[in-house]
Amino acid sequence: MIDEVRTMPAAVQPQLMRWSVVLPGLAALACALVLPQFANAYVTEVATTALLYIVLCLGLNIVVGYAGLLDLGYAAFFAVGAYTSGILTAEFGFNFWLTIPVAMATACVAGIIIGAPTLRLRSDYLAIVTLGFGEIVRIIARNLDITGGASGLVGIERPEIFGFKLMQVQHFYYAFLVLALLTAFVCLSIERSRMGRAWFYVRYDEDAAAGIGINRVTAKLQAYMMGAVIASVAGCLYAAKMTAISPESFTFNQSLLILLGVVLGGMGRIPGVVLGAILVALLPEVLRGAGTYRPLVTAVALLAIMLFRPNGLWPDKRV
Amino acid sequence: MTLDLVIQQLVNGLIVGSFYALIALGYSMVFGVIKLLNFAHGDIYMSGAFVGLIVFSFVGIWVGNGWLGVVCALLVSMLAVGLLGVVIERFVYRPMRNAPRLSILITALGASMVLNGTALALTGGRHYAFNTDLGFAGVDISTVHITYTQMVLVAASIALMAGMQAFVSRTMYGKAMRAVSIDMGASRLMGIDVDRVIALTFFMGSALAAGGGVMAGAYYGSVHFFMGFIMGLKAFTAAVIGGIGSVPGAMLGGLLLGLLEAFGSSLPFVGSEWRDVFVFGALILFLVFKPTGLLGRSVVERV
Amino acid sequence: MALLEVRDLRLSFGGLKVLHDISFSVEKGVINSLIGPNGAGKTSLFNCLTGFYKPKGGSIHLGGRPIAGLPPHRITALGLARTFQNIRLFKEMTVLENAMSGQHCRSRHGIVSAILHLPAQRREEEAIRAAGMHWLDFVGIEQHAHRRAGGLSYGDQRRLELARALASAPELILLDEPAAGLNEREKLDLVHLIRRIRDETGITVLLIEHDMGLVMQVSEKIVVFDYGQKIADGPPEIVRADPRVIEAYLGTEE
Repeated sequence: MIDEVRTMPAAVQPQLMRWSVVLPGLAALACALVLPQFANAYVTEVATTALLYIVLCLGLNIVVGYAGLLDLGYAAFFAVGAYTSGILTAEFGFNFWLTIPVAMATACVAGIIIGAPTLRLRSDYLAIVTLGFGEIVRIIARNLDITGGASGLVGIERPEIFGFKLMQVQHFYYAFLVLALLTAFVCLSIERSRMGRAWFYVRYDEDAAAGIGINRVTAKLQAYMMGAVIASVAGCLYAAKMTAISPESFTFNQSLLILLGVVLGGMGRIPGVVLGAILVALLPEVLRGAGTYRPLVTAVALLAIMLFRPNGLWPDKRV
Repeated sequence: MTLDLVIQQLVNGLIVGSFYALIALGYSMVFGVIKLLNFAHGDIYMSGAFVGLIVFSFVGIWVGNGWLGVVCALLVSMLAVGLLGVVIERFVYRPMRNAPRLSILITALGASMVLNGTALALTGGRHYAFNTDLGFAGVDISTVHITYTQMVLVAASIALMAGMQAFVSRTMYGKAMRAVSIDMGASRLMGIDVDRVIALTFFMGSALAAGGGVMAGAYYGSVHFFMGFIMGLKAFTAAVIGGIGSVPGAMLGGLLLGLLEAFGSSLPFVGSEWRDVFVFGALILFLVFKPTGLLGRSVVERV
Repeated sequence: MALLEVRDLRLSFGGLKVLHDISFSVEKGVINSLIGPNGAGKTSLFNCLTGFYKPKGGSIHLGGRPIAGLPPHRITALGLARTFQNIRLFKEMTVLENAMSGQHCRSRHGIVSAILHLPAQRREEEAIRAAGMHWLDFVGIEQHAHRRAGGLSYGDQRRLELARALASAPELILLDEPAAGLNEREKLDLVHLIRRIRDETGITVLLIEHDMGLVMQVSEKIVVFDYGQKIADGPPEIVRADPRVIEAYLGTEE
């Protein structure tokens, strides 16, 4: 059935793809743009969280969905971004926008330290090492003075743009919307480029990829670093929105939620990942009364998806 | 560092290390046959501790909180959690055996989270006391007091591991296990019931983890739903240090890690809050410089 | 100087010696075959040549440059491509994307230029796509370009693997049992295709094959292996008459 679609004349295909993707995409974007005008503060807050998860899930999707690497400590890079930006603005009086490149560079370095030794090895080693790394970053944040210890960092400066200070929920909603769109654009551009294809080659058959001239370690490392950079930028904006961050915002559970978002909608495909991210953001709202049952519900959702719908709720029909 | 402190840390390191070794051994065995890390292993350890505590509380009514109770808890927990391992294999790993590795890993992670989430939901995240009265009698070396309990725990771990090693190297099932770990396809052609061997391996690996869980619970006097998380990470580190897939390697790695941690965190400027960072650093160093571990062999993958 | 020079190549797994002091050379523009009974070490040799196994000793030179012990992607970039005995396509991706993969090592634009959509990057993408289509056309499966690679027939999958290897613009291409599983008609097409590779592109061919009819038909030089040792090499008519080759294939008469 899928093959039938593919045997259509090549010239017809792009157009068919274009309208079926662009129209709903534009409609969704229009809704997203006007949402804060109609919604109350609570809904806007939840929607902002959803946009944050979209950015994080798209970033993790590069690592998991494109390159096929299981990263269980993704929240660590989110933390690296948030703390770098938070420390630089709160302690050293940096301009918020200047902290973004610094955070990106820091995340890159952290990505190399973790990725370079592990990416040469088996993929399940990477999973455990990243899990450990996530814990280590949290422990470091909790025990250093500069990160504010267990109580965290407070008094992070709100960013200004052309003299306009981002203050209200709506402002951050739009800031995250811009970031989400930018991230989606970046993912889309890479997905259809030489490096993006290299990630897919490595994901589907590492040996064949090496045999055809792809440096698998470099390709994986680039995917890993790209994911780290996206999470760190999200972290910067998150810190600015919250004005206070603590180690408990970046736990293993946070990493799991982001992973769930990627897996839920359909790994490797942008619309699926966006859907998954939105569902993950809604989850705590739906489970408000569930208390300690919440992690179990998340867990059962992840397990059920993997066992019964391994390609996600909105699977890849591209090939 | 004074001699007393050295002895004290040696004792601490050996005890913690023997727990690590037990868990690492189960990790390694399962890895050996299915060539995948069992992410649920840490949570199986945690389940073992809880099952042990439940049994201990019931049995304690008749036999008291002494050795007999602990032994009952240990045996029942090993059996029950061993079966839990078989169930996980049957419903999580077996359906996924031919799936891409990434999918298997995420599924295993899901299984681990379900165990952990269930424990959290049932306990409400509270610490439960595992009150034994094993006593503090023991021997004194210099100023260091070593209790009989500590000695028995180390001895019991070693006995369990030695039993496992004998099983793997002497029995038919052990031979089948090694055959499956070398070549699953060929083993099937030779008439080995591969599914059964894998199930058995899960049973034994999980039983060892449960044994470790009960002993650790009884020793520290407390169990908690999150206790498996860090333990899983450390058992993995121990298995990597020793050489994953190797039975003696897991024992060596566990003991070394226990000692490393005990001495590492007593160094000046390090302190116990940095203990896990220290362990993680060791893991990264091993992965960089000796990824096959101390006793592991490098495997040439066929193309 | 020969295109490929192998000198005293040794390989062992643990204590098991797989290749004993193998020496042979491949001249540019010649179609070569590597034959020998199962387990003679032919695929192991391929894996050494392409960097998947690290040889224990000896040297390999490609166009005068030492390549022994280099990682696979470096060797491919230096001009040695291969196909696999058990087809190793990226089954979930399209046929064209598979063919384009060969161009990876001949192109250079990375993440940043892709995000910025630099004109040079767009031009390179076009060139990669065009090269992919060219090689699909060369092996005769361009009509399937947008299908899923895993959905191709067995024979077409073999062709696609060939197109993918050719797309990496090699000097020398190694084919590991290219005729395995093909019917007589497809084998005939393969012979034709192998000749076209050499005649139209000048790429040198070295193949492992069990089908003696095909080997004798297509090869200009044959290297014979048995038990990890080279027992003969030369033109087909000479190799065919070599008593050691006959012995390896038929056994000695008692």
